[in-house]
Amino acid sequence: MSVYDKYKAVIGLECHIQLLTKTKMYSDDVAEYGAIPNTNVSVITLGHPGTLPKVNKRAVEFAVKLGIALHSTIREENQFARKNYFYADLPKGYQITQDKTPICTGGYVDIKLKDGTEKRINLTRIHMEEDAGKSMHDIDPFESLIDLNRAGTPLLEIVTEPDFTTSEEAYSYLTEVKKLVRYLDICDGNMEEGSLRCDANISVMLKDAKEYGKKVEVKNMNSFRNVQRAIDFEVKRQIDLIETEELIAGETRSFDATNGSTFSLRSKENANDYRYFPEPDLQPILVKQNYIDSIKAIMPELPSDLFKKFTKEFGLSEYDAYNLTDLKGLALYFNELVEHTKNYKAAANWMMGSIKSYLNENAIAIEKFKVIPKTISDLIALIDEGKISNAAATQKLFPELMLNPNESPLSIAQRLDILQSNDTGALQELVNQALAKYPEKITEYKSGKVNLLGLFVGEVMKLGKGKADPKMANQLVKEALEK
Amino acid sequence: MYTFTTIHQLQADLLTKNVSCRQLVEEAITAIETKKHLNAFLEVFNESAMTQAKLVDEKIGSKTAGKLAGVIIGLKDNICYKGHKVSASSKILEGFESLYSSTVVERLLAEDAIIIGRLNCDEFAMGSSNENSAYGKVLNPLNENTVPGGSSGGSAVAVAANLCHVALGSDTGGSIRQPASFTGTVGLKPTYGRISRWGLIAYASSFDQIGPITKTVDDAALLLEIMAGADEYDTTASRKEVGKYVDTLPEKKLYKIAYLKECVEANGLDPEVKAKTLEALDKLTKNGHAVTGVDFPYLDFLVPTYYVLTTAEASSNLSRYDGVHFGYRSPNATDLESTYKKTRSEGFGKEVKRRIMLGTFVLSAGYYDAYYGKAQKVRNKIRKKTRDILSQYDFIVTPSTPGTAFEFGKNSADPIKMYLEDIFTVQANIVGCPAISVPNGLHSNGLPIGLQIMGRDFEEVDLLNIAKQI
Repeated sequence: MSVYDKYKAVIGLECHIQLLTKTKMYSDDVAEYGAIPNTNVSVITLGHPGTLPKVNKRAVEFAVKLGIALHSTIREENQFARKNYFYADLPKGYQITQDKTPICTGGYVDIKLKDGTEKRINLTRIHMEEDAGKSMHDIDPFESLIDLNRAGTPLLEIVTEPDFTTSEEAYSYLTEVKKLVRYLDICDGNMEEGSLRCDANISVMLKDAKEYGKKVEVKNMNSFRNVQRAIDFEVKRQIDLIETEELIAGETRSFDATNGSTFSLRSKENANDYRYFPEPDLQPILVKQNYIDSIKAIMPELPSDLFKKFTKEFGLSEYDAYNLTDLKGLALYFNELVEHTKNYKAAANWMMGSIKSYLNENAIAIEKFKVIPKTISDLIALIDEGKISNAAATQKLFPELMLNPNESPLSIAQRLDILQSNDTGALQELVNQALAKYPEKITEYKSGKVNLLGLFVGEVMKLGKGKADPKMANQLVKEALEK
Repeated sequence: MYTFTTIHQLQADLLTKNVSCRQLVEEAITAIETKKHLNAFLEVFNESAMTQAKLVDEKIGSKTAGKLAGVIIGLKDNICYKGHKVSASSKILEGFESLYSSTVVERLLAEDAIIIGRLNCDEFAMGSSNENSAYGKVLNPLNENTVPGGSSGGSAVAVAANLCHVALGSDTGGSIRQPASFTGTVGLKPTYGRISRWGLIAYASSFDQIGPITKTVDDAALLLEIMAGADEYDTTASRKEVGKYVDTLPEKKLYKIAYLKECVEANGLDPEVKAKTLEALDKLTKNGHAVTGVDFPYLDFLVPTYYVLTTAEASSNLSRYDGVHFGYRSPNATDLESTYKKTRSEGFGKEVKRRIMLGTFVLSAGYYDAYYGKAQKVRNKIRKKTRDILSQYDFIVTPSTPGTAFEFGKNSADPIKMYLEDIFTVQANIVGCPAISVPNGLHSNGLPIGLQIMGRDFEEVDLLNIAKQI
């Protein structure tokens, strides 16, 4: 048993998700990524004297949506609070956030691990707040530059209970959160661009210990993979410290992606005293039950609901269902596709096979896919009715359909002349021709070399220029040989 | 030289061509220049005022002028006016120009008022004597050895000395009413949320209100009617309908009036101020109103509660003055931290720094519950007690201040003594109710005495009605 097995890690995550609202949290300034620096900045964003905030109703709606999706309790009276600290990209000298009255409390996210086990991660709270601007220290050799476009952008912070024990669980949780916020259309979930950010609170303890170990906060992990790496590094570091009888400092550390390690940013003793107090410039926002009900009524189907539907109702494998619900667009496309066909398995195969390959190869999203679900269901019907072979459908018809997305599969099949002929007379003729070509092979077959069957069927198919139904050809050849 | 009496009379005189807006502006500029030593104005907006005067003269000619045509208005230097400097009488905003206009300025201009300039005040509206301005003290025109009161000292002096017709002040704990009392003018602090704070440089957000300082109650009523009302830029501004303050003055209405026994018996209350207050109450009784003395056991808690809460909010509101984005930046700064420390050390005056430190302290981890948290609870108690009284009585009457205008430097060494100047006025801000100070005769020292009347939330109609009877 390794020394590391004596310990267990206790991990909690704090995620910030940047909301896809048109305007900022407390002003009408446009909230968009990538604008020319300091262009989306009114006097409110700039924190000029005499300005006042006003709450973005859309951001509240998004918070309620997320709360519903995560099974949280949604608070009726929402007070905002000021978090006071000085930084160059914080123009007012305080951030307007929520302190004692977060809009959502409780709730959970169910995650699935690689070995198939499921685990429930409980949430502490979700609250609304505004983002800070950006300080840039590496553009000008002498000055730090500040871009306030991001200042005031709406954020939701999702805080979990310390329910994670491994980095894999954290990874899986982030994957679920990302998936969910995309389904809800409230955040694009892009960790690399910073629209989804994550800090981890990590401690370790002996497995039978009663008290938690010293907590260390790790920041600056800009991908799911890096969150996982940072946790692994940090857990090992802390165990090593305990094993060598050194003290773990309660501190904030930063992840260094270049070597996968963490380094100390500041000790908790030097931490800011944020002096939270209720924001006097904003009236509390009231979130009434009938409002929550109206949001519930327009909620999209969530991945967990779809997963259940796909496995239970459509009989798909968990693997297929998982892949289909991974992206909202795929799931919705599939959902529409199965309104037109009852061949769920074929529909799933087309989605995960040809369609997904096409999207990947051309680097386009399903939302931009030009073929409507009804057309794909027509294609599936052609195969099911035996009018076209599966091989012809994938290799010939589908590529042609991509070039002519509005043409019906039947018309394409006719144009390509790949409709299977079910006329046994014509097919019998082809079989006769094929058999006539290799008389000596007939003898060999009859003396026991049964795998020569494929040779004859292949010949039939060749003669039929792909239109022959392989199943029927198989049958006719067999009958002829065994006469 | 035109002699201003009321806005109503001025409108008539403008229409009959007795006077023009251009003449009014020119005369105001001359008067301000002549009384420069009072130090009421920090800046005269010569150009924009004259441009507006010409425009309004044309409108008067075509009979399309608004309700405030030709009214010369001074702005306390904490109210933003687009394209004009605003500094809150602080070095830290030296040279700062506002990119936008406050809602009140927009509404006044829409009625064709003429903004003549910005008026000296205590730095960030923190003070009771106007001795805390980075741009020098303001003299009381009634006795130039005495203070004009604060923080809206410049506003009160400008009206009292006929440098403008009316002025705007802001009132966080008495900053309109106390200087009005010291200068014999009318000072109105409307209900919290009655007038938008958009464009008012914040001192303590949950206490601040803009209000007028005028010669008459009628003028205060008209200005309130124009400035009050919902504003999409200030979510703390009430959506309640604005009253008809001007037209409903008064049918003879008999009120129930309370006075606070503790205030009349307060230690340190000037005997003559007390006598005048009781005289005013007698007069009200004779006029048929029912006057009753009531207990108010929280008098000693008003000032401490006020200072804990306002300094807490101020410590946060004033964080934005950090030398990074706008305003003063210390030339001695070498990095981010020294930019903060040096800019704020050099840019803020002593009283402002005192209040930032006090406010930071009361919000600090470990002290929050004992100070800020407790003060919030006391605020609620005071609010409840005051509202209880106002549910049985229409008004609460007190002296506006314990004494008359005092000499310069008298309270400077002892901040607590200075803070007690506000003992009667802070209650209305703690509670949020409207309050007015009206002239209530002269002291034997020749200086005016003020009477304060507090009313129910958003019932300024009645408040103004009774104020006219003093």
